[in-house]
Amino acid sequence: MAKTDILMTGVGGQGVILASDALAEIAVKSGWDVKKSDSLGMSQRGGSVVSHLRLGKEVFSPLIEKGNADFLLAFELLEGARWAEHLRPGGVAIVNIHTMPPPSVLSTDTTYPSTSEVEDILRQFTDQVFLLPGTQMVRELGNPQVLNVLLIGFLSAFLEIDEQSYIDDLSQRVPAKFLDLNLEAFARGRQEASNRTPPGRR
Amino acid sequence: MRRLLSGNEAMALGAYHAGVRVAAAYPGTPSTEILENLARMEDIYVEWSTNEKVALEVGMGASYGGVRAFVSMKHVGLNVAADPFFAASQTGIGGGLVVVSCDDPGMHSSQNEQDNRHYAKFAKVPMLEPSDSQEAYDLIGHAFDISEEYDTPVLFRSSTRISHSKSVVEVPDAGGNARKTAVFSRDPHKFVMVPSNARPRHPLMEERIRRLTEYVETFPSNSLVLGDRSLGIISAGAAYQYAREVFPEASFLKLVTTYPLPGRLIREFASEVETLLVVEELDPFMEEHIRAMGIEVMGKAVVPITGELNPQVLRERATEAGLLPAPVPSATPVTVERKLPLRPPLLCPGCPHTAVSYALKTMRFTHSTPVPEGGEGETAAAKKERRRAIATSDIGCYTLAVYPPLDALDTCACMGASIGQAHGLEKAGITDRIVSVIGDSTFMHSGITSLVNVVYNEGRGTIVILDNNTTAMTGHQGHPGTGISARGEQVPRVIIEELARGIGVRDVNVVSAFDLKLIQDTIRRCVDADEPSVIVVRGPCPLRERGKGKPLVVNADKCNLCGNCLNLGCSAISPEADHVRIDPVVCVGDRCAVCLQVCHRQAIEVTEG
Repeated sequence: MAKTDILMTGVGGQGVILASDALAEIAVKSGWDVKKSDSLGMSQRGGSVVSHLRLGKEVFSPLIEKGNADFLLAFELLEGARWAEHLRPGGVAIVNIHTMPPPSVLSTDTTYPSTSEVEDILRQFTDQVFLLPGTQMVRELGNPQVLNVLLIGFLSAFLEIDEQSYIDDLSQRVPAKFLDLNLEAFARGRQEASNRTPPGRR
Repeated sequence: MRRLLSGNEAMALGAYHAGVRVAAAYPGTPSTEILENLARMEDIYVEWSTNEKVALEVGMGASYGGVRAFVSMKHVGLNVAADPFFAASQTGIGGGLVVVSCDDPGMHSSQNEQDNRHYAKFAKVPMLEPSDSQEAYDLIGHAFDISEEYDTPVLFRSSTRISHSKSVVEVPDAGGNARKTAVFSRDPHKFVMVPSNARPRHPLMEERIRRLTEYVETFPSNSLVLGDRSLGIISAGAAYQYAREVFPEASFLKLVTTYPLPGRLIREFASEVETLLVVEELDPFMEEHIRAMGIEVMGKAVVPITGELNPQVLRERATEAGLLPAPVPSATPVTVERKLPLRPPLLCPGCPHTAVSYALKTMRFTHSTPVPEGGEGETAAAKKERRRAIATSDIGCYTLAVYPPLDALDTCACMGASIGQAHGLEKAGITDRIVSVIGDSTFMHSGITSLVNVVYNEGRGTIVILDNNTTAMTGHQGHPGTGISARGEQVPRVIIEELARGIGVRDVNVVSAFDLKLIQDTIRRCVDADEPSVIVVRGPCPLRERGKGKPLVVNADKCNLCGNCLNLGCSAISPEADHVRIDPVVCVGDRCAVCLQVCHRQAIEVTEG
């Protein structure tokens, strides 16, 4: 099994940690060694959130070094740009283009980056950049709460983990009345990935 | 069974499977989840104590009663509990006593990054340090065994990365909680530390460490990985994992018994390798010991003494020191040039600390600067100006009000310090108005004795107690003022205002956290009174009580974007082209409505939604 380093980023409250916990559990059940470490401290209060998730045969450090992430899964546009330096050359950037400008843009001289600026930043590190209207897509499914499931669905198309493992995990994790919605969000994300990538590239 | 567990989950499960009977703690990042997990396990006694000193004394009592006792805290909590920690080392134990200290290198959520390994040596107590969740689980059982075998408390040192990282743990399918029966055997020579009993204990403590030094030479979890002999690395804890990552070829001696250290094992390892490097976070604890053994060793010359270590930093410093080859320069740029806006943590929308912080930021008092004694005195009259009150603050969510735009606080040092600091400023002769700001849980932890001190020593302090009815910063744990136990059950509630009156404060006020004018009026009256006063500012944490009021909307015709409401630092309010906007998803509505109270143009309105 090849080493796979996944960095997930977003804003407190978006479900980043929950998504990374779920993917970690799925990977353990699929036989990988797993270590993960989440951003620490006060992130619940609208701050930046990052989760390092490392899969492999034997994993030592729970932290991903700059230039080493195979995947960057960003739940918010600015948080995608913030962690771009962690991508390895040719790594895969999956960025939800939803914007959540922090209040610091009011009081400091920094401005919120445009989508094309973020794309330019990411393309300095890799040509595998997927900008995704994830928040829009889950609104169309009828519930913004399943953004993390949709994004994991997209990412899943690139990972060496059987599709059924995700479905099994969702079936255990999600209350029965929300299961169909979650399965639909996962399938929608996974489908979007195959629409956008020729099979050989994955 | 393979399970993915955080270090904190693993420690809790390890303690349960080791037969713990009593567990006590005060919440503190990164240690909080240990007791939270134990509180979900059956048939053991678990409590949030009022502070770490009390928790450890509860642990001592349980241990004297013959059962296994477990106490957990963050690193600075052990400062609070240092007195009973040293005392427990002196008396020894009955049932096994394990004290977990979770250090916070990098200060993710702390005021300092002290290295608590020194406490083991200082108090002459053995210490174990896990390097992942598996070891966190396994070593807790060893810690209890060592405690009972050597009649000593055991310090179990974790760190933020160990406590909060998750890794795979093999746990027994049916681990039970086999406990000892509680029996207290009177033994004044052991348990009553009057000087005549304490003196004979000290040689026993020294003898204990000598025996332990022998014991750790063959401790099974200290492990040797012999690879390339040109570089040998001694490491422990999270640093060991980083070192394995950065030096995949090197030889390793991983230590989990970091006090006392296994001298012969270290000497043997040193003789096997050409260059010896100690990779440890924070202080040169192992390095200094090894150098004192007469062994040539590198440590802090390479590895930083400050901040949290990580593979990146270790790789860079090792490359600079010539221990790793320089990387091939990359053709592509490696840094993002564009400056990106930061996203620091904020008070939440609906936070009960916002209005009082805004009041402290904006209220002005007429202040007369006294003419210096024996000064030149060009003008006989004192200089008058309008000034803010000095706000001494404490440890909790409300400390976030130090950041812009609130910028409301002047001090924050350690748990409970605000009241004593304000009293000291007053007694030093500072003539500004002074307000202490302290949360309900922190007041229970270590504010009460300071309030007694103010009354006794005739202070005039104004003590604002921010009562959100929970320990919010660490994730909503109960405390005596909430009447909710560690298991979430209803228990007797200590009522803060009655406590203050009982201490002897006559001017005790209770105000709503969302009534800005009442908060301002009460502070204005209290700071000019000649006696101590307490203002309990009461309102629930919006992350705990999630109900919403009627929606608030901005009337765009009335709003002229003056920015007054933006000074609250509420993340639900953001400026648009010519007016502000309130995000209805995150705003809690008119159950807060502090923004409505600061708007001079009545541009914020309650709707029937």
